[in-house]
This record gives sequence, C-alpha cells and structure tokens, in this order.
Amino acid sequence: MANVLDIRRRIRSVVNTRQITKAMKTVSAAKLRRAQESALAARPYSQMLTNVLKSLVSRADIYDPLTGLPRHPLLAERPEKNILLIVVTGDKGLAGAFNTNILKMVSKFIQSKPDENIDVECIGRKGRDFMRRRYPLAPEKASAGGATGVSPVQPGTEVAPPRAGRVQIVGEYVGVLGKVEHNFAATLSESVIARYTRGEIDAVYILFNEFKSVIAQRLVAERLLPIKEIGEVDVHMVEEPSEEERKKRIEAAKSAHVGLRPVDTSAVDEAAARFGTSPVDYIYEQPPDQLFEGILSKYIGIQIFHALLESVAAEHAARMTAMDAATINASDMIDSLTLVMNRARQAKITKEIIEIVSGAAAQ
Amino acid sequence: MADTFQLEIVTPSRLLVKDAAEEAQIPGLSGYLGILPGHAPLITELAVGVITYKASGATHTLSVAWGFAEVLQDKVTILAETAERPQEIDVERAQKAKDRAEQRLKSSDPQVDFTRAEGALQRAETRLNVAKEK
Repeated sequence: MANVLDIRRRIRSVVNTRQITKAMKTVSAAKLRRAQESALAARPYSQMLTNVLKSLVSRADIYDPLTGLPRHPLLAERPEKNILLIVVTGDKGLAGAFNTNILKMVSKFIQSKPDENIDVECIGRKGRDFMRRRYPLAPEKASAGGATGVSPVQPGTEVAPPRAGRVQIVGEYVGVLGKVEHNFAATLSESVIARYTRGEIDAVYILFNEFKSVIAQRLVAERLLPIKEIGEVDVHMVEEPSEEERKKRIEAAKSAHVGLRPVDTSAVDEAAARFGTSPVDYIYEQPPDQLFEGILSKYIGIQIFHALLESVAAEHAARMTAMDAATINASDMIDSLTLVMNRARQAKITKEIIEIVSGAAAQ
Repeated sequence: MADTFQLEIVTPSRLLVKDAAEEAQIPGLSGYLGILPGHAPLITELAVGVITYKASGATHTLSVAWGFAEVLQDKVTILAETAERPQEIDVERAQKAKDRAEQRLKSSDPQVDFTRAEGALQRAETRLNVAKEK
C-alpha cells in the first residue's frame, strides 16, 4: 500500500496541472472568439470582391467565342504535371490531433498523386518540421541555407529548375499565424500566380482545416488554381471529424461559453451582393477585361487569407477541446487518487488500532 | 437631390469607414475623381494614392494602395487592399520602406525588380504624405 504522504504529493501535482490546462483552455477560448471575429470582419471584402468578379464574367470576354474555352490563363485547365500544395498547420502543439490530422491528409494527398511532381509550401512550424523530416528542400532553396520568408520571384527563369525529388519543399513560413496579415496572403498569392502563369506549376491546392463554426469544421484540400467557377470552392478532398470528436468539441465549447452556431452573416452578404451588380449602366473607367484581370489575382489572395483565418480559428478550437479533455482527465485522476489516499489512510488507522488492541490483549 | 451620399471603405480586415459624405476624391487608375452626390454610376480600379472626403463639415484623409470603387447616385463603396487613416500610419516603417526602395532603384543590379521597387516607393511616399495630415 502506497504511502499516504506520497499520494498526497501526487494529488497536489495533478491539481497544479489541472490549473494550467484550465487556464490554457480559457485563453484558447478567448483567442478563438477573436479569430472568429476577424474572420467575420474579413467577410464583406471577400464577398464584394467575389460578387463583382462574377458580374464581370458576363461583361468581359472571358470565354473564347469559337471554342468556348476560357481565355484567361488562371481559368484554363491543363494537364496536371507539376502541382503546388500549400499546407496550413499551426505553429504550436498542445492542440490535440489538429496538426497530426492535417499532416496525415497531406500524406494521403501526396499518395493520391503518384505520378506528379509536387512542390510544397508550408505555413506553420509544425507542418514545416514534419515535411522537413520527409522531403528535401528545393535546390535553390537549399543552397540559400533554407531561408525563410517570401522568396523573390525571378522573372525570366523559363527552364525548369532541377528538382531535389518528386516531392520537394519550396517555401516555409513560420510565425505568420500569430496575427494573420492580408499582406502576407497577397504576397504569397502573387508569387504563386507568377509561377502558375510561367508554367512552372499546373495546379495549386491548399490543404487546411476549414472552420465555419465549432460544429462545422473539416479538413479540406481545395484547388485554388485553375479556377473552376468564381465564388465556388473547388473541394478536392475532405475529411469530416468523427462523431466522438464532434461531441468533445461541443462539450468544450459549451463549458467555455463559446457560441456553437455560425454567426449570422446574411445581412453582410446581402449588402455585399449589391456591390457592383446594380441594374444600372455603369461607366467603366477601365475596360472590363482589365478590371477582371486585376480583381482575379486579388481573388486568390483573399482565398488564401480566408484559409489562414479559418485555420487559426480551428487551431484555437482544437486546443480548447484538447485542454478541456485534459482538465476533465485531471479531475478524474484527482478523484481516484483521493479515493486511494483515503483508503490508505483508513488502512493505516485500522492497522494501528489492531496493534494497540492486540498489544493490550497480550498483557 | 440629397446633399450627402453613403460612403463605405472596406479593407480585407475590416469595414474602415461608413459615413455620410458630402464629397469625396478618389485616386482612380486613370486619374483622380471628384465625386458629389448624384454622380453617374461608375466602376473603376484605384491606384496608389489618397482618398479625401468631407463628412459633416470635417475633411478626412486616407492612404490607399490598390483598390476598387463602385459609385452609385447615393452610395460609394470602395474596396481597398490597404487603407489607413493618418494616425494609423507607421511613419518610421514607411520611411524605411522609402529608403529601401530608393536604394533599389538606384542600384544597377539586374536582380532588382524595378516595377516592384517603384510600387513600393510610391506606396511609401503616399503614406508619408498622408501621415503629415494628422
């Protein structure tokens, strides 16, 4: 039978741990709320941009009248030989299976395209560490000492550069998720579009944890380029969370007083829907084609921006859930340890009484 | 005819301005546009520049870099990729960006992307100009 003092010490340690996990849960809940707010604040811009783009589709000569194929390179499909995959994970751990699940799906994605060359851009430290262990850096990247940050686009490099392997890492971005800046997404999208138009890559996918609300989140691989239809997400691969996982999330959100339902965005969407689509004859300061061209490239940036915002929200939600589970486990452990401790104390007292009684009887 | 119009300036991160304005000046790609209530419907891309608008007597200034504007008779909506009020501008950062861009433009390194450097210089200068309005 364990020593009462030892058990008491153990209980104290678990109580301390529970305090920490509880605090982390509260912090994550607050951060989640903030992340949801910033996702909401980004909505009007992206909705308006999408809507005006849609309305321009009918005005600009985007489709070739003879073949019916899209004229714009960002819309045209071509055989996928070289793929760019953008992986969005978190910078930090202690978020349950959040990062693991994403990386599992990355492996699945890479397996599902066995004949294509895949370039990987990693956003988030966890994803970078994982990819680095498995895949080589792209040659020009490796020679630069694996510099992080946005690599400058060099125009005129038409020849396909040598590859380090079928799957290689071309970019790493660590520490951009703390405060998601639209600027970062815009710069990344510019470099991606440049590579795409030069023909270095034939398709761009982004793999991230989609977050509409606490109860509506899933892992998705979306195709960013070529654009299939404006305003529609082109989902390539989905992984829904298990029923058990969903229940845990709901429990955690309830105890942290985070709203479960998605925030009502209908008013914002309605206002945005009117942008650029009024039934009047607009004066176009620039030809619609040119406007279309300009907005289309921003559209990709907005999509990346959104993916980042959602991934950040999902990460906080995952951490909140994990810490909620840890707090519950710690409480359970304290209960059972207290039971053991009481039993040990009881046994000790009983033993002492028996000793006294039998000692008295012997006299 | 109403003597004001609804002005909204939206950036990717938030709704920056929602105000009833009496007049506005926006940097269209092909030149500055002055807008008064009842302007003909118009769509334009925006250049790097300064937006000024007058609302309830006071004049406000903002710096923008790339955007997009829709003008209706009673409403003007501006989508700006970046838009900042004078007090939000980080003067030090803008000054540094300006110096960096100038240096790049002066150098004869073929690696330098001149269009990009020029854009950066323009943005930095606009920011500095707007920041003075504080």
